Amino acid sequence: MSQTSMIPEFVSRNSFIELDGRRRAQSLFDKGTWKELVGPFDQMSSPWLPMQGIAPQADDGCIVIKGKIGGMPAVAIALEGAFQGGSIGEVSGAKMTAALDFATRDSEAGKRTAAILLLETGGVRLQEANLGLAAVAEVISSVLALRPHAPVITLIAGTVGCFGGMSLAAGVSSYIVMTREARLGLNGPEVIEQESGIDEFDASDRALIWAIHGGEQRVGMGLADALVEDDAEKIRTVIQGYVQADLKPEYRSQQVDLYRDRIAALDTSEQIDPKSLRQKWGNKTTGESR
Amino acid sequence: MSEQIGLRGRTWFQALTENNQTASGDPGTVLASEARIGDEMALFLAVVPNPSSRFPCVREGQVGLEEAFALASHLRRIIAEDREKAKDQKRPIIAIVDVKSQAYGRREETAGIFFAAAASADAYASARTAGHPVIALVAGHAFSGGFLTHGYQANRILAFDDSGIMIHAMHKEAAARITRRSVAELEQLGHEIVPMSYDVRDYAKLGLLHKLLHVNDPLHPTVADIQAIRLDLIDAIRDARHGATDLSNRLQAEAARQTRKAGIAVRAALEAQWQSA
Repeated sequence: MSQTSMIPEFVSRNSFIELDGRRRAQSLFDKGTWKELVGPFDQMSSPWLPMQGIAPQADDGCIVIKGKIGGMPAVAIALEGAFQGGSIGEVSGAKMTAALDFATRDSEAGKRTAAILLLETGGVRLQEANLGLAAVAEVISSVLALRPHAPVITLIAGTVGCFGGMSLAAGVSSYIVMTREARLGLNGPEVIEQESGIDEFDASDRALIWAIHGGEQRVGMGLADALVEDDAEKIRTVIQGYVQADLKPEYRSQQVDLYRDRIAALDTSEQIDPKSLRQKWGNKTTGESR
Repeated sequence: MSEQIGLRGRTWFQALTENNQTASGDPGTVLASEARIGDEMALFLAVVPNPSSRFPCVREGQVGLEEAFALASHLRRIIAEDREKAKDQKRPIIAIVDVKSQAYGRREETAGIFFAAAASADAYASARTAGHPVIALVAGHAFSGGFLTHGYQANRILAFDDSGIMIHAMHKEAAARITRRSVAELEQLGHEIVPMSYDVRDYAKLGLLHKLLHVNDPLHPTVADIQAIRLDLIDAIRDARHGATDLSNRLQAEAARQTRKAGIAVRAALEAQWQSA
């Protein structure tokens, strides 16, 4: 008996979540095909943070990598959750928008270029407030411009989650891929507790948070497309499948009537039970599980 | 803040459409009406407070699930009806913006408010790229997710030059708590750091605004005020029809060249490196 077969599977697997944003993005590409654009050596950092006594980072927490995935052109844009909570500022926002726009330009010229957004972010960087909010609006617009030409895949893997304005960018993506550990929502639990009170949302209730925002729930209710294990190889395979997928005739965020009816049918007299909602909405209309 | 959020939105919706009624099938928080502007018809949209909304967290003028899908539904209908029309025949869309924020609620999160907001932003952007002039008229507050859902995909943004206008990522009290500052410190920083300012004249320095509009009292407009704003809207519609349907104009404005210098430089560097990668 070979030795490898005796090692439990979870020991031999390569955790994706334990990688930083740069390595996560790199790990999606075919070996030797990728290159980072406007990397740390280009020294393009936020002009607004030093004015407030905050150390900027040479990549502004946003990593852009272009290369091939499954032999097809692709660009991955990763927000690094470890820098300022993955928040969007002027520079990181411009990197994202520009990368999406050049992918659109190439796609329109016949070189279909998929984009993968690795979102570990709390949303707008409050130290750059209005430029961050404007950047989010522009990212959403650029995702929508690329989507008819090439897949735009949002991957949410780590525990920072994807919150704030960037959750709208996830919402307009062609596909959303999540791990069980990942979370997706507009307002984080702490923000709701602060704004609407602890009766509305108890941010210390971890079970509640995962029941509402967690990857399993989002995929289960059809608001995300694939649930993947925290395994770099498995994640790469799922992403590659979406990069190579045919374009869809209609995307989830265009299915307004379906969701309007679903909201109209909700009983709002008390809090909504996530599990029953998942059963009610299911995952049959839009999400394809892979 | 003495004035209730949404009053200005309702006032201007009524002034421009001569209508103050909710359309059939819509929640009491959404106003949608077609009305004449210049020599054509336009779709006007607004989100207003409704103290008896069945969603408690939108009662003060926040944008929630029903609001987002109702807006998206009106926009999708107009896009479909005008699909075959020539670009200069597509009806303009005027988003009157006076929203407190997005809804901060558990019901909303459970049912996926991120996605509802995305569906509305998608519909606004789709109208714009289809060739509808999409104009946002910021009449009062335009905060964070509320603005992203309703108005920020417009290809021309107009705002009153008035101290009651607030365009921002987060309201002062919350932003102060999260960045561990006092409100006074935050206001001081806003004077020094343009993107953090709560003043609409500072917002205009970011190059995101098509025009600042002058009205003496936005809550009580005179007939002459309404006529003047109509002309400003007609001018913005004409300008939008002549321009690109993406958001590139937001980086091209003279003000943007100054204030968004870093973003513009990043874009140029990325373009140069993109080719050779």
